[in-house]
Parts: sequence; C-alpha cells; structure tokens
Amino acid sequence: MINFRVNGEQRSVDVDPSMPLLWVLRDVLDLTGSKFGCGIAQCGACTVHIDAQPVRACVMPISAVAGKDVLTIEGLSPDGEHPVQQAWKQHNVPQCGYCQSGQIMSAVALLSSNPSPSDEEIDNYMQGNICRCGTYTRIRAAIKDASAHYSLAKNVGDEA
Amino acid sequence: MSAQVQNVSRRRFLKTTGIGAGGLVLGGIMPAFSPVWAEHPQSSNELNLFVSINKDNTVNIVCHRSEMGQGIRTSIPQVVADELCAQWDKVSVIQGLADERYGSQNTDGSRSIRRFYTTLRQMGASARTMLEQAAADLWKVEVSTVYAKDSFVHHKDSQRKVSFGYLSESAAKLSPPSTETLTFKSKKEFQFIGKPIDGIDLPDIVTGNADFGQDIKIEGMLYASIERSPVVGAKVKSFDGDAAKVVAGVVDTYQMPEQPSPVVFHPLNGVAVLASNTWSAMQGRKALNIEWDLGANASHNSDEYLAEIKHRIITPGKKFRVAGDAYAKFDSAADRHEATYTMPYLVHAPMEPPAATAIVRDGNCEIWACTQTPQSTQANVAGALGIDPSKVKVHVTFLGGGFGRKSKPDFSVEAALLAKHTGKPVKVVWSREDDIQQGYYHAISAQHFAAGIDENKQVISWLQRTAFPSISWTFTGTVDEPQAGELSLGFGDVPFAIDDLVCETHKATGHIRIGWVRSVSNIHHAFAQGSFVDELAAKTGKSTYDMWMSLLGEDRMVDPKTQGFDYQNYGEPLENFPIDVSRLKGVLVDVVSKSGANQATAKNEGWGISVQRSFVSYVAVATKVKVEDGKVTVLEMHSSIDAGTVVNPDRVRSQQEGSMIFGLSLALMGEISVKNGAVEQSNYHDYPVLRISQCPKIESYIIASDAPPGGVGEPGTPPVAASLTNAIYHASGVRIRELPVNKVMSV
Repeated sequence: MINFRVNGEQRSVDVDPSMPLLWVLRDVLDLTGSKFGCGIAQCGACTVHIDAQPVRACVMPISAVAGKDVLTIEGLSPDGEHPVQQAWKQHNVPQCGYCQSGQIMSAVALLSSNPSPSDEEIDNYMQGNICRCGTYTRIRAAIKDASAHYSLAKNVGDEA
Repeated sequence: MSAQVQNVSRRRFLKTTGIGAGGLVLGGIMPAFSPVWAEHPQSSNELNLFVSINKDNTVNIVCHRSEMGQGIRTSIPQVVADELCAQWDKVSVIQGLADERYGSQNTDGSRSIRRFYTTLRQMGASARTMLEQAAADLWKVEVSTVYAKDSFVHHKDSQRKVSFGYLSESAAKLSPPSTETLTFKSKKEFQFIGKPIDGIDLPDIVTGNADFGQDIKIEGMLYASIERSPVVGAKVKSFDGDAAKVVAGVVDTYQMPEQPSPVVFHPLNGVAVLASNTWSAMQGRKALNIEWDLGANASHNSDEYLAEIKHRIITPGKKFRVAGDAYAKFDSAADRHEATYTMPYLVHAPMEPPAATAIVRDGNCEIWACTQTPQSTQANVAGALGIDPSKVKVHVTFLGGGFGRKSKPDFSVEAALLAKHTGKPVKVVWSREDDIQQGYYHAISAQHFAAGIDENKQVISWLQRTAFPSISWTFTGTVDEPQAGELSLGFGDVPFAIDDLVCETHKATGHIRIGWVRSVSNIHHAFAQGSFVDELAAKTGKSTYDMWMSLLGEDRMVDPKTQGFDYQNYGEPLENFPIDVSRLKGVLVDVVSKSGANQATAKNEGWGISVQRSFVSYVAVATKVKVEDGKVTVLEMHSSIDAGTVVNPDRVRSQQEGSMIFGLSLALMGEISVKNGAVEQSNYHDYPVLRISQCPKIESYIIASDAPPGGVGEPGTPPVAASLTNAIYHASGVRIRELPVNKVMSV
C-alpha cells in the first residue's frame, strides 16, 4: 500500500510501485482531469503539483509520491473560481481544452513562485506545456491578468 | 463520467415535420434525444430534431457535430436559440448521437456552420412558431398578436406572458409549420448570431470536468494497448504473448483479426494486450514478441521517394486545366522563371491521442469515442461486427483536438472488436507513439511552377505541376495520382488573370496511409503558389503585394470549369460560393494595411505575405521574422479572414490564431520521414510542434460580410507557410523551397 494525499484527502493504493502517478490518478482514483499526452514529460498535459511543486505525473512513479501532497486540477479550487481559472475564462483561452488542466496547473505554479512574470519569464516557464490548438497568446494574456491578482494579494500580505 | 454506463432512456417520440427539403433528413421520424451520459429529463417536450423544452423553461439544443476546439457546441446553439428567441442562460447543449437524421455529422471540411446555418435557423424558427401558436391557442387570440422573446411568449395587446416551459407540452402536440411559412430575424435583430459569446463548456474545461475519449471509464472495463504493424499491409506471422501475460495487471493478449486490403478505415494488423489499467497494458505490450511479415511497403523510404517525384515534376505531366498555350508562350517570352517546392509527410498529433471504449452485448454495440465522424464510426463498427448499423450506438465525447485524424474510425473498430472478443467493456488507449507512427499522413509532395515574363515585366504564361500520393490510394490501394478533389484544393483553382495557363499532375503512388490533415492539399499547394508569387515579385523588382494584385487582375468571378477542370469547390455550387477575386484582394489589402507589412523593417528583419481561398473563405497572412546567425525568430503574424457571415467572432478569431500556429508549426518543424516502410518519429521530442516560446505576437482580423457562411477551422492555415518563407527571404535573402525550415535554419 502506498499512502499519499490528493486534493487534501488521504488515499491508499495497492498498485505496482513503478506505475506513474498519472495512471493512479486516472485509472485508480478516477481523477481524469490530468491528461495523458505523451508519457515522456514532453507535453505537460499531466502537470500536477506535488508538495506545491509542478511535476509531470506521467513520469513520476507512485512510489516516489508516498507521504506527499498531490494537487490536481480537480482540487485547485472548490468552485472553479481560482484567479487563474477566472482569467482563463475571461480570455476564453481553451479551444479543445485537453491541455488546459496542465496549462493551468503550470500557470498557478509560475505565479506562486513569481507573481509578476515578464513575457519572457512566462514563455520560459510555460514552454513545457504544448497546446496543439494554438492558444498561446491567450495563455500569455490570461497569466498577465491573473498576475495582477497575485501581485495584489502579495502586496496585501506584505502590509499585513 | 460515473463508474457505470447509465441506462439511457430509449423512449421515442415519433412525429413528422414539415421541415426538411434538401440534404438533411427531417421529413421523417424524430429521434429520441439521448444526451451523452445523462438521462433525458422526463419533463422535456421535443419540438423538432434540435429543440426540446423542459417544464422549468430550460431549453435543450442538440449539437450534432463534434467539438474539437472550434467552439461548435457554442455556435450551433447560438444560431438555434437566436431564431427560437430563447434566453441564453436557459440553454443547455445535448451532444447528438450518431444518427442519419441529422444529415452529415462528419466534422471536417470546415462545414459545420457553412452547411447547417440555414437549417439551424429553421429549427429555431419552427420551434418558436409552434410555441407562439400554443400561446395563441391558450389565450384564444390571433397568432399574429403574439411574439416570442427571452423564453416567453408575450401578447401584444395585454400584459400577458407565458413561459416556453409552460407552453412546451401543448406546442409539442402541434404539427410543425412548413418551411415556406417560417419567418426569420433580420440581421439587426440577432441577439446571439454574430456575438462573441463565451464557450459553453469553459467552466467544465478549466476545472478538468470535460470528458474526452481518453477519460471514459465503465465498470468492469478492460484497458487495451495494441502493438500494430509498423508497415502498412504487414501481417502478424507469429507472436509470443507469454512474457506479456506475466506482467502485473495483464489479463490477456489477443491477435487482432487480420484485416483486408486496401487499408481504408480498417484497424492495422497487430496484437492487443488487455489489462486492468492502462499502465499494465502498456507494460505488457512492451513484453510482446511479434514476428511480422512486412510485405511490399517495407521498401518505402521517404527521402528516395521525394527525390523521385522531385525529379519527375520538372518533366511534362498530365494536363488537367488548360487556357491558351502556355508552352508556346514560354518560347516567345523575354524571360522565364521556374522553381520546385517540396514538403514532407505530416501528421496531426492532436494533444489527445485517439481512444475509444466499446461494449458489445446481445448483438448490440455501444461506443464512446473522440470521433469527428460518429456516423462513419457506426457504419464501420457495424461492418466489423457483422451487425446492422442500427445496433450500434455512438456517443461523441469531447475531442482533444482532431485536425482530421479523428475522422478515421479505425480506433473505434479496434475497441468494438476487442469488446466482442472479451465480452467485456474495453477501452483502447492510443499512446503518443501510436498516434505519430500509425497515422493517416498528409501527403509528401513536389510542386513545380514556371512563368513566362515579357519585356514589360508582365507575367504572360503560367505552368504549375503537382505530384503527391492521393488520399484515394488509402481507399483503393491502386490510385496512383492526385484526384480532382485534391487538385481542387488550392491548385486547379488558381485565380490568376493569365491567358496562357496550364495545370498538370504527375504519378505518385501510396505506401503509407494518406489522409486529410487540417486544410489538406491546400497546405502544399498554397506554400508553392504563395512562394512562387513572391519569387516573381523579386525577379521583376515589384513588391509582393503588387505582384499579387497584378496576377489576380480585374475583379471578377473565376470558374476553373471553363478551362476543362472538374473543379469541386468544396462541394458547393459556384453560383452561391464563387471564386471572387475582389474578396481575395480584400483580405490582402486588409492584412497589409493593418499589419504594416508594406513598411520598411530593421536590418535582418522582413515581412512575408500570402493569400489563399479555401473552404470558400478567403484568408491573407502577413508574417514578420528576424533572421540572425542562422536562426529564425518569428516576431509577428497577422491574419485577415473573409468567411462571409460569422456566428461567433471570438471563436473565429481563436480559429485564426490556432490556424496560424498550426501552419507555423508545420512550416518550421513538421516532418515525418519513413524508412523501410515505417515512420521514424515517435513523440514530441522528434516530431516537435510549436511551443509558447516560439509563438509570435498574433493578430487576427475579420472582414465584415453578409455573404453566406464559409469555412473557418481550416482556411487560416494554407497561406501561413509561404508567408513565413517569404519573410525569411526578405529578411535574409535565403529562399526556402523545401520544408520544413529547420532543415536549413534553427528555429
């Protein structure tokens, strides 16, 4: 049995320890928001957070997740109103939507570590997430908008 | 979806309607509305094929086309709801099952709105008329004194109003009005058509709740991963599945039934590994030991093949469109320019690899698939199982991209065959490697262009030749030259005002599955044509813009049929959708003026432009690049589209953005190579697609037009490649005639 937390809930799974986290999430725990795109950490569609750090779940053996905290798109916010999700809706970012869970999880990780990224910083951070539909310009714009919220939150925090 | 298939209601509302001349089969029986993954509300009253209304005043509108990012699940309801006079927040969408009564559901060819705009308006107007009649009957007043607005019917002479929901039961009992009696809104009355309404599925997508083909799960389901023949036509000589079977989670191995030739939509031959989860199936597959009989196509090497057709293309070919005598004019011309262009095979590589889930039970089959073509899925699955198509129920999930790959139902047939074999639900999961190596590829090609130029630097004669393996080869195994349908895509429809012009083809047979990829043959044809126009501009000392204007000539309608070509015009009559030179010029003028592509640039920078009519829409693209130390940086791309009437301008713009990126990706880096009959690339590391760090600043413009709706999903791609390589030429002096760009420059 491997024990870890997913979106705040304690989970135990009895699987091959080499099974990547992605397949545990999708096939065992029925959390299909994280997507299978390449299987070799090339496309970012499976991006989740482990202990607040973005990882590609498709290459992360479940044995390495024991005792850790996993956050998936399903757990990002209770109501789908996380600032990054709001910005995504504001800019009508998705086309097919398949890569967008991963894009959003990467964007959240970016803004958590860098609340006011420059254009170049956005491109550098987000280049591991492929969107074949070509939503990149809207992703940039949405991150900029969400950034305003993060910067505000940070400033408020500073004052407090 | 939940852990088991819900027992979708089979109730049928049988009814006839007056609507339905033409292709859409509406004159007959109404279908049951079986929403995907949900019970149909028992309180719902169906007014026609596309519209049902619930007691709570909500409206269900059917989307019969597949959603793959183009926004059709928003655009179709926009059209229907507008004529229905429904309130937008009362509308929900039901994804249509495979059903011939919808007319074609094959979501490709950029035709969802183009083909169904009028029908969808009729559906909304018909339902609204029935609701108004029901209200008039209720109030015992003349129907001319009532009107529908915001999901209520109002009485003009009193303050009375009554909800659609209240009226729906009595309205559903009325005979639908005949088409001739329907009234429609004028453009200025539109509430939803032409408005940038938010995507209806946005909330589900940003929370990870949209279910794609890969996401389906059914209780007791097995997961399958299939090792398929590396070469088209190869057969399994023998296989050893013992090592696979000892992999934890693996349940069984199974040799797929051997498929006939030609390949058509049949699955490729191979061996499936069935397991209790995806990972185990994939691991088990790696342990398979298969001996293949590779067959004749194992001799195919794409580099040799390209060299062959490139050699052949400079010799006279088979003429299929002729005006005057171009060859004679070449002899008398003061000058002449020639160039040969090539492109490699390409593959779709949608973010979601294909996936399908099937149950076969009691002579019936139920399928969930990310398919662009539920009806073809139904027919092919029925054929493979030997049952009637009426016994096959096809649910369309969200598609994680399509680009043409998912209009081939081979993966659904695999799921059905495995479900039949095992007696259990089976999900077939394609990996990225499967997707890239077992695709239906965009054809490898060579094009040759020549122009005669007189003393006044005018182009007086024109020759163009093309050679590429035809999509028809996939379906016949014998067709060995481009077909009229493919030559109609940006080649035989050349709109230039040149009296002496000839279009020719050359032989080119198939060796791997050839299919259609976003904008199809337009990709290579527009690259060659748009490049050659730029070359002629350079040769004669004109701007590319002036050369385009000179070649296009006077505003007029072009009919390639008058010069002997069986031109197909995307299945549309030329009377309704002519090749209108003024609209080609219109988008070019628009994009040049808005982008500044006619302005001087800094050193090592350059603009490139190109324009193309495809899918009866018109698109011009301007691209600005910087070339420094052998590296291309794409700085800006601008696109202007004239797609006639537009339903959702935001989704049209997003398709333009995506089309530009798709075209840029293939022009910069797209290459599938084949060695000994097998595709050499396997994943995004060796079949790179554009990343955000390579994405330029992008602008897209829409020309206001009242013309009938044209295509939107594909027309943005064709002009991109030439605009890019032309820009590279103007920035660096390097002319790229063989794509992709990364053969000679870093990108």
